[in-house]
Amino acid sequence: MSVASATNVSAAAGPASLRLLQASRWRWYEFLFWGVAIACGLSVLAPSLGFTVPVIPSKLMLLSEILILGLLALSIDLTLGYAGLVTLGQGAFFGIGAYTAGLMAKYGAGVAPMSDPLLGLLGAGLAAGLVGFATSFLVLRGSDLTRLMVTLGVALIVEELVNKLKDITGGTDGLQGVMSSKVLGVWDFDLYGYTAFWYALGITFLCFWFCRRLVNSPFGYSLRAIKGNALRARAIGMPVNARLIQVYTLSAFIAGVAGGLLAQTTQFASPDMVAFHRSADSLLMVIFGGAGHLYGGLIGAAIFRVMQDFLSNITPQYWLFWVGIVLILLVLFVRNGVIGLMSTIIQKYSAKAPAKGGGK
Amino acid sequence: MQRRTVVAGLAGSVFAATFAGGVQSAAAQEVVKIGLIATLTGPQAASGRQKVAGAKLFMAQHGNKVAGKTIELIVKDDTGVADQTRRIAQELIVNDKVAFLAGFSLTPLALAVAPVITQAKVPAIIMTAGTSVITERSPYFVRVSFTLPQQTVPIAEWAAKNGVKTAVSLVSDYGPGIDTQDAFKQRLEERGGKVVEQIKAPLANPEFAPFLQRAKDLKPDALLLFVPAPTAGSLMRQVVDRDLAGAGIKVIGTGDITDDDQLNSMGDAVIGLITSHFYSAAHDSPLNKKFVTEFKQANPGMRPNFIAVSGYDGMYAMYEALKKTGGKTDGTALVEAMKGMKWESPRGMMSIDPATRDVVQDVYIRKVEKKDGELYNIEFDVVKDVKDPLHK
Amino acid sequence: MLTILFDGVAYGMLLFVLSVGLCVTLGLMNFINLAHGAFAMAGGYLTVVMMNWYGISFYWCLPAAFIISAVLGVVLERTLYSRLYDKTHLDQVLFSIGLIFVATAAVDYVMGASQQIINLPAHLNGRFEFLGASIGVYRLFVIIICGLLTVALQFVIGRTRFGSRLRASVDDGRVARGLGIDVTFIFALTFAFGSGLAGLGGALGASILSMDPTFPLKYMIYFLIVIAVGGTTTITGPFFASILLGVADVAGKYFVPSIGGFIIYSIMVLVLIFKPEGLFARSTKR
Repeated sequence: MSVASATNVSAAAGPASLRLLQASRWRWYEFLFWGVAIACGLSVLAPSLGFTVPVIPSKLMLLSEILILGLLALSIDLTLGYAGLVTLGQGAFFGIGAYTAGLMAKYGAGVAPMSDPLLGLLGAGLAAGLVGFATSFLVLRGSDLTRLMVTLGVALIVEELVNKLKDITGGTDGLQGVMSSKVLGVWDFDLYGYTAFWYALGITFLCFWFCRRLVNSPFGYSLRAIKGNALRARAIGMPVNARLIQVYTLSAFIAGVAGGLLAQTTQFASPDMVAFHRSADSLLMVIFGGAGHLYGGLIGAAIFRVMQDFLSNITPQYWLFWVGIVLILLVLFVRNGVIGLMSTIIQKYSAKAPAKGGGK
Repeated sequence: MQRRTVVAGLAGSVFAATFAGGVQSAAAQEVVKIGLIATLTGPQAASGRQKVAGAKLFMAQHGNKVAGKTIELIVKDDTGVADQTRRIAQELIVNDKVAFLAGFSLTPLALAVAPVITQAKVPAIIMTAGTSVITERSPYFVRVSFTLPQQTVPIAEWAAKNGVKTAVSLVSDYGPGIDTQDAFKQRLEERGGKVVEQIKAPLANPEFAPFLQRAKDLKPDALLLFVPAPTAGSLMRQVVDRDLAGAGIKVIGTGDITDDDQLNSMGDAVIGLITSHFYSAAHDSPLNKKFVTEFKQANPGMRPNFIAVSGYDGMYAMYEALKKTGGKTDGTALVEAMKGMKWESPRGMMSIDPATRDVVQDVYIRKVEKKDGELYNIEFDVVKDVKDPLHK
Repeated sequence: MLTILFDGVAYGMLLFVLSVGLCVTLGLMNFINLAHGAFAMAGGYLTVVMMNWYGISFYWCLPAAFIISAVLGVVLERTLYSRLYDKTHLDQVLFSIGLIFVATAAVDYVMGASQQIINLPAHLNGRFEFLGASIGVYRLFVIIICGLLTVALQFVIGRTRFGSRLRASVDDGRVARGLGIDVTFIFALTFAFGSGLAGLGGALGASILSMDPTFPLKYMIYFLIVIAVGGTTTITGPFFASILLGVADVAGKYFVPSIGGFIIYSIMVLVLIFKPEGLFARSTKR
């Protein structure tokens, strides 16, 4: 793959690679995004430093969940936003990852390396990636609806399997006794969620950074070409099918890692990690935040979960109603999700509207 | 560049909003908080509503002051998803510093919080989830509701005594369903009967017809049914439609299939159905009459069912525990205080087994009859002090 | 077992009536309306209200469910859906899911979360033996009604002017407009009709399927499977697909209860692997 070549661009390279390099430079607002995330975690230390910061650690667990869901949304954004594949099956990969990591932790206790969380994540990602690879040929053909249905069908079959293979997965009651060993041998998973948060943040950032490199590489641009017009991409000699399989597998890998994260930080795995609503929710988050910007998934996950939590506190029984209203309004009046909304507002107010450079 | 600014600002403000959302409440010494985690949306929503209504009725009847402390009930919806339950439990413990957790509509939801409550030493009162193994997963679980084996054994006994030689069981394929079919099979076969087949229907099942047809074609003396209470209505419809009674098959089950909340709408065709359960809204005691009347007043259109009474009794247990500890909220002491408690509930007599922290209660055999124009489960026999048979 | 075949056909035909509206809107307007189940739910709940609260006979509920759902469909189409025709499929998915949430919560608020049960008129209950199969009267009724509807649909689409205009619009909207066909009007009418049929299906199915606020989400998958297998270019496609799926589902659960759920999904995946446009689709170059 041509990820590495993006960085090996010599100064004498042509304007195309220069543009790539420029587009892939980190913008200051991106530092702000991650800075805020880190600040949330650090604020735990605030009291000891003499500041009284309201809230954290109270919402630390919610933040960890947002990060994990954001990672899942990220994996969908990769296929949806960049390669143009509509899938409803990421929940399956998420769940496979969760159960793999859970099983590794549960049966690995004592057999030291197996229950190491990082290794567990690797196992989770590989298992999910393998299944993704095996089913990737399904998404190559047919229309949007076909793809939607086939990926959904695979996800539903996986869900049935999880329920049936009770002896391995614990069935409807879920997998119990998932006790990972310490992260990097030092930090234990505690009740307050500190370890979980930093762990989730670290992993999410790592995957994000990897994806960011990827989409700003020639590989990433080839994906965008395929999304734009697959026929034309084929015509200029791009191995379209191979690219799609690669990105689908990678996306499954990342979804699996996200699932593993959830299993490890919540210490169990249950069938609703493969349930249809996982796929649907994460697809919603990506569309909500805006597909094709990588941050869309993370922002969408954050807003969606916070909104859900907020509404659920106000009206525990009927919060779904308001979420529905927000979704409808969003679709009616906004193009390309929240990021799109923000862009529209800005473009209305900025006289010059300097749409600088290509996408992120 | 402007667009990006706002993207960043947006992201920042999102996290800031998260900040603003959860203000740490002062650990006021005078307030004792109870975190009730119920499933209020999704297919199990009806049972969540009953639970919350039962708990609130108790507080309305007995006030919110116990042992010098003010009780605050915090109700949260976990949408029936286990990792939500766990997260909410963690938040309630860490942020709101609750003295008790309560609720748990389904087995996986309860199991998910087991490590949390053990680590935090916070008692969790189970008001619905019915699989035996739950109370074994943490020394801080106390159950005031029921377990499926506990409810199934009496009907198996009744069946054996009343000429049932062969039976088929049809249950929903999840923890409580499996518990039910296994307990039934074991007890019936101990008494000389035989379970010809154990059919399991997927939990999220739209159509019971093929399973019922299969059961019917096996021609057993009796058919044992179990589905989660909210889906009992459509199951019983299909039972009536299949005309199992006409084929000479006795339909029996635990009280989940003649759930008080839905019984009236099942129609006259279910008259005569025999079930075993620990609660009927028609239970003949002054305490229950008061419970039912006030419940109906507070919740028009709803009749209390076994989940409502569990919510009610859960509150009772928590209040009494606080009285015994003099208002102290040490988790281990509260659990100790609840062990061995014995009291009269609207359902009848019940107690908490000190060895297993599970509920021991009278289980009634009832028949569906029409009373005052409505359908009720009328109790005609009782098995006293039934313990869950699966606990060691 | 003939009984199972019969049950499967009844189930399949019910699925067909429920899904045909979605099939047509998808084929015609290329609009993924996942909220289709909400119209079915509306019909089902309307029947419940009419029968349980007002004591109206079941037979009046059926046309009422059709009409009210159709009206609801027209209103929503003119106000909301029509703004989304140009948007991407994803936006449509998001919108329809939002609509489902709103509908689910609204129904929950008004009617409560428990399953609704209706009591059918006495002569629709019961069973009888026929040629070795145990026939349920109500399921026979469902088959007859759905059969009549299917025939009527085929007639309308195949033999009337409206039908040919509809087919033209499905095949190529732009050319159809160019020929002077009022495609917008056809859209609205078709959407109304499809929603009406869904409502009718909901009313019919209220006794067989479970009617509660989560109905649209639960059954959405089945509708989509019918469409994916049957294709969106014809009516007969989804018809045969529903029968196939209904029988396969019921038979699977009867003979091998333990893998009951797999059957319907596996069939769909297999069909889509080999025939991505659906089993019965005409090969239209779109």
